[in-house]
Amino acid sequence: MILYILCFILFLVGLYGVITRRNVIKIVLGICIMEYSLNLLLILIGYVDEGVAPIVVRETMASKFVDPLPQAMVLTVIVIGLATTAMLLAIAIRVYKKHGTFDIREIKNLKG
Amino acid sequence: MSTGLVVLLLIILAGVAPLTRRYLKGMAGWIYAVFPFGGFVYYLSLLPRINAGEVITERFSWIPVYGIDFSFYVDGFGVLFSLIVLGIGTFIMVYAGYYMKPYPMKGRFLGYLALFMASMLGIVVSGNLITMFVFWELTSISSFMLIGYYHEKPEARMAALHALLITGFGGLALIGGFVLLAIPYGTYELSVILTDPAAIQNSNLYVPALLLILVGAFTKSAQFPFHFWLPGAMAAPSPVSAYLHSATMVKAGVFLLARLNPVLGGTDLWMILLTTFGATTMVVGAWLSITQTDLKRILAYTTVSALGTLVLLIGTGTKYAINAAIIFLLVHALYKGTLFMMAGNIEKMTGTRDITKLGGLYKYMPFAAVVMGLALVSMAGIPPLLGFIGKELIYEAKMYAPTARVVLIAASFFTNVVLVFLSFRLFFDVFKGTEPSYEKKPAAPSLALIIGPFFLVLASLVLGVYPTAIATPLTSQAVLSISPFIEAITLKIWHGFNLVLGLSALTVLSGYLMYRHKKKVFIVADKLNIKYFTREFSRTFTTSIDSFLVFAKGQTKNLQHGYHRFYLMTVFVVASVLVWTMIWRADPIILEINFSEMPLNLVAVVVLIIAAALSAVTSHSRVIALVAMGVIGFGIAIIFIAFSGTDLAITMILVETLMIILAMALLLQLPAYKIYSDTGARMRDGLVAVLVGSFMMVMVLQAGTSQLGEPISEFFKEKSYTEAFGRNIVNVILVDFRALDTLGEITVIAIAALGIYSMIKFTKNKQV
Repeated sequence: MILYILCFILFLVGLYGVITRRNVIKIVLGICIMEYSLNLLLILIGYVDEGVAPIVVRETMASKFVDPLPQAMVLTVIVIGLATTAMLLAIAIRVYKKHGTFDIREIKNLKG
Repeated sequence: MSTGLVVLLLIILAGVAPLTRRYLKGMAGWIYAVFPFGGFVYYLSLLPRINAGEVITERFSWIPVYGIDFSFYVDGFGVLFSLIVLGIGTFIMVYAGYYMKPYPMKGRFLGYLALFMASMLGIVVSGNLITMFVFWELTSISSFMLIGYYHEKPEARMAALHALLITGFGGLALIGGFVLLAIPYGTYELSVILTDPAAIQNSNLYVPALLLILVGAFTKSAQFPFHFWLPGAMAAPSPVSAYLHSATMVKAGVFLLARLNPVLGGTDLWMILLTTFGATTMVVGAWLSITQTDLKRILAYTTVSALGTLVLLIGTGTKYAINAAIIFLLVHALYKGTLFMMAGNIEKMTGTRDITKLGGLYKYMPFAAVVMGLALVSMAGIPPLLGFIGKELIYEAKMYAPTARVVLIAASFFTNVVLVFLSFRLFFDVFKGTEPSYEKKPAAPSLALIIGPFFLVLASLVLGVYPTAIATPLTSQAVLSISPFIEAITLKIWHGFNLVLGLSALTVLSGYLMYRHKKKVFIVADKLNIKYFTREFSRTFTTSIDSFLVFAKGQTKNLQHGYHRFYLMTVFVVASVLVWTMIWRADPIILEINFSEMPLNLVAVVVLIIAAALSAVTSHSRVIALVAMGVIGFGIAIIFIAFSGTDLAITMILVETLMIILAMALLLQLPAYKIYSDTGARMRDGLVAVLVGSFMMVMVLQAGTSQLGEPISEFFKEKSYTEAFGRNIVNVILVDFRALDTLGEITVIAIAALGIYSMIKFTKNKQV
């Protein structure tokens, strides 16, 4: 249970960062933290008490595997997360080069 | 050939004209004029059938579910109006083809003109309210294009916008009115609606439907207080003024009123509204025309006045009034079209249309002077032109008006005196009198420019001289279509000596006297104008539009402020409040809280992660923030190991390492953090975060306890080794069962890599 609370706190911290920070980089980090908390949550949901890693060791199937599906999903999320975070950082740097600031309030030209 | 086909052909012409104009050169106007002329001949050939009492209808299915069809309904009134639209349209095409020669984009202009012609014809022959509305809006749009044709001039753009806003506003009201009108009938078909006035008149919907339709008609027909857009629209080229703003489009409102007269008319409300607005417009238009000096604006205000007269006559609704309305409609279209075209000619030949700078043109263009003179005689209502018959009928209608006879007679006497005065003025001040120095020597207008005015005046003359033989067949059925219980009166030019003739004579005499003393008249009129009419409607309209724009801008600024944090906050707060309310009202959720023992080392990891997350978000140093991110990542990897997610842990560690290196490399080129956040808002933001975070948690816990379907995991567990021959189930899922997803994932990475590469690589050269 304490891990669920960890998830919650992590999500909260990330969200706080996204909402309050005006620095683009901080916003990116906040998004990252939120993503971590979701990954963690998925894994927790897929956990079975005293389960073992879902690897078939012998021909006969062990009965106490943890759920492999969330793990596969989270693996995908981590990799995609890497791509999006890198992309966000690149955008942040691009924006910085164009406007000379990371402050999203100053970057007015993005407005439609 | 069918009635709808003519409309279709004109629409095709609208598309073809811009493309072919350059190959046809000067002949374009003549060739395009064949289309409306063909339509004119076709509708003329329908006349015997119509006069036999037939109504020609056609119907093509459009949206049958809603009872909306493309249907056409041609009765006596429809035919008369079609003949006006197509007949004048023919001459306008010829005229415009030549008139527009010096200007760019002539082809497009002729195309708009054809489009307008098609939509105007569509209005008068459509047999379904929705079809009519579509054409109605098309006239507004094509009129916008035509008024704004000199789009490089700001006043032309402004005038076009005004006309569009006013008529567009009217159009909105109109569709509402149409929908309400159709409710009691369950159909939009005119053929059904026109036969049963009781259904709407006895229903609650009558008053709102009537008011909305009147707004539509009054805006289109420039009735007071919407009259100002019409003089403004004189910014358009002369062919447009001659066609749209005298003969056709502005009459669309009048047409609509006449068309719906059998259904909506006959009530007190109808009569009061129409006579009040019509009479006011008639007098205001006439009054304002006195002091104008621009030829086209003089004509525009008299048009406003004439439209008021028509509305007034339809509102009066007696036998004489309806007859007078039909005749006056025809009369006005004929002489006003001529006069506008002549005004264009005079401007073209002399370079000005300011009446104070004109004079003595007779010797340069005697033929044109005669043509214009005849049109003015018709406008003044002097025999033997059709205008005389029209005016006699108007006086007679007033004599037999059910109420307020004296006021109405006085109003129309005043109006007619002004018309006579203007006729004198437009002829003598332009063609006679002292000759000012013209920039270039005026020449007589060429054939294409004079043929239209000539034939229209000729029509006025012939109809006036042979009223029974020619005018009656044109108009008698039209009277019946407007009001089925009224018979057409026989048109005569000589009624014998009676009160009406005396009134006519008095009108002409007064108009002449007014012209003789025009200087005094102008002084008095100017004084009165300054005293009572200083507030210009168009200016009021402009300021109200401007303030509306300011208001809208303020609203947009508040709602679309561009601050991403506040957008997010709005979304989050709304979502969490909604969900919290739902949770509040739903059955209590039982959360399975189960503090199973956790190894102490894991608790330490958890504390570490939280501390790291906090410092990542709050620290002022990039390096600390990134290191903290690394701590979070590795901490989570440890938790993954503890929960048997070995593959995840490996991936996480790799990705996290890569990420930190990447971020360091990128960010260290840039200057250090600055403190951007202010402290004041933090409490609020923290609150939002807690609200949203807690709602997420409740949602998630709830989701964890509910199971909606059979988990698919068992399938993977079973088949992983037996069918895919892989022992690591997670890996088998990724590369075998869901291999396509993984392919997609790889694509995402590749695209992101390309994006990042291009953003980092190509910025240096293109610094803005």
